Amino acid sequence: MTSTLRPPTRLTDEGAQELKPRHEQTARELLREVGAVLRLSEAEAATLADEQAASDPSEDQTMIINMGPQHPSTHGVLRLMLELQGETVLRCKPIIGYLHTGMEKTGEALTYLQGGTNVTRMDYLSPLNNELVFSLAVEKLLGIDGDIPERAVWMRMLLSELNRMSSHLLFMATNGMDMGAVSMMIYGWREREQVLRFFQKVTGLRMNHNFIRPGGLAADLPAGWRDDVLELLDVIPPRLEEYDILMTEQPIWRERLQDVGVITATEAMALGATGPILRSTGVAWDLRRSMPYLRYDDVEFDVIVGTYGDAFDRYAIRLNEIRESMRIVRQILDRMPTGDYRIQDKKVTPPPRARIDESMEALIHHFKIFTEGFKVPEGEVYVGIESPRGEIGCYIVSDGTANPYRIHIRAPSFVNIQCLPHMMRGGLVADAVAVISSVDPVLGEVDR
Amino acid sequence: MADDTPAAADGAAESPEPEVLHGCPVTASRGQRVVHIPRDRYLAVMKLLLADGYHLCSDLTATDYLTALAARPLPDGVVAERFEVVLNLLDVLGARRLRVRVQVPAADPSLPSAFDLWPGTEAMEREVFDLFGITFRNHPDPSRILMPEDWVGHPLRKDYDIGRIPVQFKGAPEGR
Repeated sequence: MTSTLRPPTRLTDEGAQELKPRHEQTARELLREVGAVLRLSEAEAATLADEQAASDPSEDQTMIINMGPQHPSTHGVLRLMLELQGETVLRCKPIIGYLHTGMEKTGEALTYLQGGTNVTRMDYLSPLNNELVFSLAVEKLLGIDGDIPERAVWMRMLLSELNRMSSHLLFMATNGMDMGAVSMMIYGWREREQVLRFFQKVTGLRMNHNFIRPGGLAADLPAGWRDDVLELLDVIPPRLEEYDILMTEQPIWRERLQDVGVITATEAMALGATGPILRSTGVAWDLRRSMPYLRYDDVEFDVIVGTYGDAFDRYAIRLNEIRESMRIVRQILDRMPTGDYRIQDKKVTPPPRARIDESMEALIHHFKIFTEGFKVPEGEVYVGIESPRGEIGCYIVSDGTANPYRIHIRAPSFVNIQCLPHMMRGGLVADAVAVISSVDPVLGEVDR
Repeated sequence: MADDTPAAADGAAESPEPEVLHGCPVTASRGQRVVHIPRDRYLAVMKLLLADGYHLCSDLTATDYLTALAARPLPDGVVAERFEVVLNLLDVLGARRLRVRVQVPAADPSLPSAFDLWPGTEAMEREVFDLFGITFRNHPDPSRILMPEDWVGHPLRKDYDIGRIPVQFKGAPEGR
């Protein structure tokens, strides 16, 4: 390779994606930029700029610093550019894409049966919810969404709720670590690991399960699953009481989180935020309650809402959602029906292994499903469910073949991360870490 | 399913009286409401939809129908174009969803930005620009978001090759 063919080396390849210093921008660009940071329309930004013209800091008073993408508290490879005046954050711009691997493009090359292995890697802290939304979308396209056996539906709910618990437990760990409660990190990982151990027993893997598939699940629950879940339900509640002592009731913890990263309900909705961010502002919006899927309308649970829309509310909501999930899991244990764990539609689910030795037809179906995949009728569909981070949506366009023509995942973290500049403005740079942590982004899903 | 929408048969053409919302044809796709907005009325109708209570724009994405142009059933009066921008709107108070589909021709792949109505579309429109090359007029920050700044091409277009990793093996042609 000769060096003459290469373009001249640049310091970074981000260029226009970066936050520019004020002197490099025209007044109009800056106006748009401030408006974009605050997520205001241009007209609103103009009136704001008039008000602020007198107090606008001059260039030598501010400094643009770079945070990440390797910063340990940015939860992966999130990069933030912050404009600081002293210790106050004036502007902030999240720069993403460091983990972009083109998963939506990859998804077009995979069959519907293989698609689960792809989507499960997006939000790697709630893989089962990713698989669930993908499977629900494919089933809706196939027109079999009403025919899924009851046991499969309740198993999906069980796994989805346990996954919500494991994801929120990890949030407890990372949030504690970011605030300096380092022992909390170990506790959170410890509890999460117990949930993952159950997943390993059921699906064979701790993460990236590919267990929830179009048509049902990959396998039935293993013998003794009920005892394992009951053990989890015994172990975790006292640990949550310990979290309350360690963090919730602790004055330092409250000082660090209360009144930090405040957002109002109107702002959160305008920014498209869902999940704990929207609920922290007092809007009781939970898709499990508002647009029930699976059998969430048959179980009792409370939608946890906050009041102030600050980082503490978002912490408290997630802590209590673990409790609500356990409440749902208890009801699932009582009501888990017997029956099939997947739909017996030969065109969608492979035949049982034993049938392959006996039946030529079963062998053919098995071969066709694993080589060609199954064909899905033409159409387009969007399904949204409540993941631990907010609304995860799956938009699939089918052209009648065995591969999706277009698959798009509406990632809650991707949208929620847009709240960061708004939450951080006017706050201290030390609180920036608290704000990032309270949004709980998963960068695998942001960048896809 | 999750959508609190009136169940309707696929394809509005079968129903005798096609539903119309703000002068735009409404169809049903697997029981989900879809409104087809012409490009020249895009912002005006979106403004009306916002006033209708769709306060949350949960998703904005696009599809490149280059190789399946004829495959889509579209209501009468909607001309199929290569690109289609798809928005999923959410009414939090009424607990209802609405999907918006806008046809965008390949000759002029552009659309006005919905940023002034839903500021949350900022990153999503950047993503669509990055991956499909559809530009959004009056967008506050029209730059790439996922791909590097100096990237050439728009990867999610159907004529963008998926590429491959060169592998060395016996019998590979020389001079690579």
